[in-house]
Amino acid sequence: MKQFNPSAAHKGANQYSMMRPPKRKLNVGMLKRLFKMLFDFYPVLLPVSIVCIIFCAVTSAIPAIFLKEVTNAITYAWENSVAWDAAKHDIIPKVGVLLGFYVVSIIAITLETQLMAGITQSFLSKMRKALFAKMQNLPIKYFDTNKHGDIMSRYTNDIDTLRQLVGQSLPTLIRASVIVISVFFIMLYYSLYLTLILLLGVVLMVTVTKFFGGNSAHFFIRLQKSQGKQEGFVQEMMNGQKVVKVFCHEETSQADFDEINNELFEVGYRAHASANMLGPIIMNIGNVLYVILAMVGCLFLVGDIPNLGIQSLFTGLVAIDAGIIVSFLSMAKQFTGNINQVSQQINSVVMAMAGAERVFTLMDAEPEVDDGYVTLVDAEILADGTIREVDHHTGEWAWKHPHSDGTVTYQHLRGDVRMTDVDFAYEEGKPVLHDVSVFAEPGQKVAFVGATGAGKTTITNLINRFYDIADGKIRYDGININKIKKSDLRRSLGIVLQETNLFTGTVIDNIRYGKLDATDEECMEAAKLAGAHDFITRLPEGYQTELTNNGANLSQGQRQLIAIARAAVADPPVMILDEATSSIDTRTEAIVQKGMDALMKGRTVFVIAHRLSTVRNSDVIMVLDHGRIIERGNHEKLIAEKGQYYQLYKGVFELE
Amino acid sequence: MLKKLAKCVREYKGTAILTLLLMVGEAIIETLIPFVTATFLINKIQEQGKNLDMGYILAVGGVLVLMAVVSLTCGGLAGFTSARASAGFAKNLRHDIFAKIQSFSFGNIDKFSSASLVTRITTDVQNVRMAFMMIIRTAVRSPLMLILSIAMSAFMGGWLAVTFVVVIPVLGGGLWLVSKKAMPAFRRVFKKYDRLNESIEENVRGMRVVKGFSREDYEKEKFAGAADSICEDFTRAERIVALNTPLMNFCMYFNMTVVLLLGSFMAINGIKGVQIGHISALLTYGMSILMSLMMLSMIYVMLTMSAQAAKRICEVLDEVPDMSEVENPITEVKDGSIDFENVNFKYSAQAQKFALFDIDLHIDSGMTVGIIGGTGSSKSTLVQLIPRLYDVTEGAVKVGGVDVRDYSIESLRNSVAVVLQKNLLFAGSIKDNLRWGNPDATDEQMEEACRLAQADEFVRSFPDGYDSMIEQGGTNVSGGQKQRLCIARALLKRPKILILDDSTSAVDTKTDAFIRAGFKSYIPETTKIIIAQRISSVQDADLILVMENGKIADRGTHEELLKTSEIYREVWEQQTNGGDQNEAV
Repeated sequence: MKQFNPSAAHKGANQYSMMRPPKRKLNVGMLKRLFKMLFDFYPVLLPVSIVCIIFCAVTSAIPAIFLKEVTNAITYAWENSVAWDAAKHDIIPKVGVLLGFYVVSIIAITLETQLMAGITQSFLSKMRKALFAKMQNLPIKYFDTNKHGDIMSRYTNDIDTLRQLVGQSLPTLIRASVIVISVFFIMLYYSLYLTLILLLGVVLMVTVTKFFGGNSAHFFIRLQKSQGKQEGFVQEMMNGQKVVKVFCHEETSQADFDEINNELFEVGYRAHASANMLGPIIMNIGNVLYVILAMVGCLFLVGDIPNLGIQSLFTGLVAIDAGIIVSFLSMAKQFTGNINQVSQQINSVVMAMAGAERVFTLMDAEPEVDDGYVTLVDAEILADGTIREVDHHTGEWAWKHPHSDGTVTYQHLRGDVRMTDVDFAYEEGKPVLHDVSVFAEPGQKVAFVGATGAGKTTITNLINRFYDIADGKIRYDGININKIKKSDLRRSLGIVLQETNLFTGTVIDNIRYGKLDATDEECMEAAKLAGAHDFITRLPEGYQTELTNNGANLSQGQRQLIAIARAAVADPPVMILDEATSSIDTRTEAIVQKGMDALMKGRTVFVIAHRLSTVRNSDVIMVLDHGRIIERGNHEKLIAEKGQYYQLYKGVFELE
Repeated sequence: MLKKLAKCVREYKGTAILTLLLMVGEAIIETLIPFVTATFLINKIQEQGKNLDMGYILAVGGVLVLMAVVSLTCGGLAGFTSARASAGFAKNLRHDIFAKIQSFSFGNIDKFSSASLVTRITTDVQNVRMAFMMIIRTAVRSPLMLILSIAMSAFMGGWLAVTFVVVIPVLGGGLWLVSKKAMPAFRRVFKKYDRLNESIEENVRGMRVVKGFSREDYEKEKFAGAADSICEDFTRAERIVALNTPLMNFCMYFNMTVVLLLGSFMAINGIKGVQIGHISALLTYGMSILMSLMMLSMIYVMLTMSAQAAKRICEVLDEVPDMSEVENPITEVKDGSIDFENVNFKYSAQAQKFALFDIDLHIDSGMTVGIIGGTGSSKSTLVQLIPRLYDVTEGAVKVGGVDVRDYSIESLRNSVAVVLQKNLLFAGSIKDNLRWGNPDATDEQMEEACRLAQADEFVRSFPDGYDSMIEQGGTNVSGGQKQRLCIARALLKRPKILILDDSTSAVDTKTDAFIRAGFKSYIPETTKIIIAQRISSVQDADLILVMENGKIADRGTHEELLKTSEIYREVWEQQTNGGDQNEAV
């Protein structure tokens, strides 16, 4: 039975991405792995469901036998003028047995569909969770090198193909194959000739399926392309709609759109036509087959041609009877109907395989390694200067350093960061940093300036170990950062990035992200420090204002202020501000400057800024050019040197 | 809503109707095949047995094969026409939405986010297309099959058809109940599901933040909670829908048992002329009836699901452009003088605060005007009223002495060039982009404009020069380069008024100064309005406006403002503190 599923209808736009070029070769290993997972998750429920499916399939194959028996009983009664009273002893028990099968079958099918609905959803949920958990453990490199849309489509399209596979294709395939096999044997039992005719028809159907399937796959690939092209165009135009208006360019862009739109139509209707035509054609081949079988059956009957079938072993060669013809006709319908169902599932099995492969590729991706063993703990500094680990916040932190001999030493967290002779390349052979040495003492403000691509952001990526250095050393409070547990290292560093990412939730939730157990007062305190308090209180719901879509209802500058507050509430000893105030206008920046200064006080701060007024009061300014530090010193020193910094400051170069 | 959408079928109406007719043909023949088989073949065999004439069998068989071939042709053709009609419908729908958006004013554009407009043109149209195809393929066919099958059963089976009196209401009612219960459940869970995917996207995008704060475990936990709750809701909804299968099977089996039992009783007793053929045909019709009911419930579900998409599309189609031209508009802009007369402005009628308040301003043709002010001070709003991107709420804006509302929009905007703050280049060559300013611009004109905008030099340094391709979103040129190309594009209009809305923020101060010097010597008659963050960009202007909270707080020349305006002085000091910026200019 083909079941309509609303979940399938929800896919909508994703339908074409699912029509990825079908891979010809079936990846059996992938399928095995998937089934192993399924059986591991549901060692009892899944086999029970499968038994139910098989039972129901057999049940739907057997009425043909009863139909033959009843037909023959009627013919016999008709020919020999047997009255109902006599015939009923023959017919009623047979129908009774059939009825028994039916009752059990309905119970089984209810059980099976209910179980499978649960299994499918819980399997998908498990896969989603596994995928998400895995994703959290992937290194930043993965996200920098893979398109975000591509990662997203694992969750939407690819997992959805699994729903189709587990929830629909799997039961359908089992059911259809069992029915086809049982019906095939029943047919062989009754008549070899008629079965052969049927098989010829099936060969024809398979050929037609192959032709139309290949045809539609070809067009669907093109459709997907032109769909993508249109989406790209529309996206660009919708973003630039105001520019279009300003230049009175409406007619031209409409003409461009119509051209792409027409192309999409041409490809689209052909793709769908091929897919649409397959169903009716297969069904009607079934009809032709039905008619031919009826005709040939009758010819055999009238011509008194001896029938050949497995039953001939028991009965000898006898003529075909009406019962066989009638039951054959209904079996033929069942046979071709189920072949049709299998042919329709093949596409989704192939697509599910491609989907599963992509899901597993992500699951098998190399996770971020963390062999650090030095951890960050709350500490109390005793009068004699020794450090003691405590289980509550004291405002003081220490590095807990276990040694191979079993002893543990503690080291006070101060925020001293030293990079010595660091080399780094994102891609082999394309070095980004050469011989970079930076010494930041606790409480110092270190600034990086330089053109885009000079390597400023890369340096911060190395300090928090988003990437690992190729050569050289980075020490944090004298500890090699490779020895520090990554999560603890990052906890000790507050970062504010140019591209702010806020999460769906209230403003205060977003600030609290920096320190999950922060009280409302702490969050507000941090917001005041960041200079965000004023505008937040002017929002319609103040701190309880819901942010959606990465804070789309705020200006870029306001988003940056919230991000600064988020870092402030974590109260880290070291802060990295990567173009953190780039979208705040100079006047507002001057206003929040006091807060920023307060925020930076007593912390080691790394500042990357495009605007020189932001870095002017740093203790050290590093001028980066093509991955090398070419000048270093404070503002006055660099201006006096009249080198690159001086030139930048005078605005001779562009900084983007 | 349906009427509105139906209008978009247009030239594919014929194809759509043809589909319906073909489907009707297929349905009729498909109902007739079992009837003919049963009446003229199977019943004859039962009656005459082996005495049946072979020629007769062949003749009946031939007719039947012919019928199947006709049905195949109808079905196949309908597959083709339905695809064509629905794709054509979608094409028209997309065209109409896009055209409607082109007619939007800035005010209309602000109401829709660009992402939501993209979704409407792509996803929503797809959903509606699928529903449309489903309707023309099955909305006529299924009820027709249902009626024909019932009629045939009653006609052939007589009393045997009594079984359907039980089965049809049971199945129909059951299906209706299931859809009714399941639909709201699905709608709820889909919303949740969309939100789940949004939160995944947020995580993918913000992975640096998640990892930066070591929030991996926190995110996992949060996600697991959300995923579990969705799983529960989905399971509940799916389990309701899963009841369809046993229900269908029950009806099928019930039908079969009754037909077999009652059929054999009637056949043997010779009641109402029931024969084996009738039994076999009734079994076939039974299946048709049940399948048609199933299809009808699918159509119902499908329609409810796509109703959301249709609603979103209609929202765009129903939006009324809030700007219109007067009859007999003026097409000639005399000069570049600008007047604001008691202008008050708010973005929407519901807004509580005026974005601009009490603006009175006169600018002579050919003047250079600088505007500075903090974020949210409505600098951009002020200049957007000049090319009539928005209409004033109260008061009037005049260009060349004429109210901007009396001009034709096209001639006004061709005379008033704006380089927007959020400016864009489009995919295509640099020349293609420049031609937005003037479709007939010669190479010389383009180069001249680029020289003026200080873009010529870097454009020539590209391997393909002016034919270099700009990628979608202009990602392959730097911010400063993009801004200069946008200025050149605006210059090609040869405007009477040129407005630069923070358009040189990424350009270094020296180049910025060159651009302004070029304006002074090459386009002295053009009125130039420059919004800037940097005071150095505006300090040599004939008039500088200091905006604050939607008002012109101070106005005057650089020297005057240093004396009179506290805000101006504050910004000036902040920007020049420690270094003498004049030196660079």
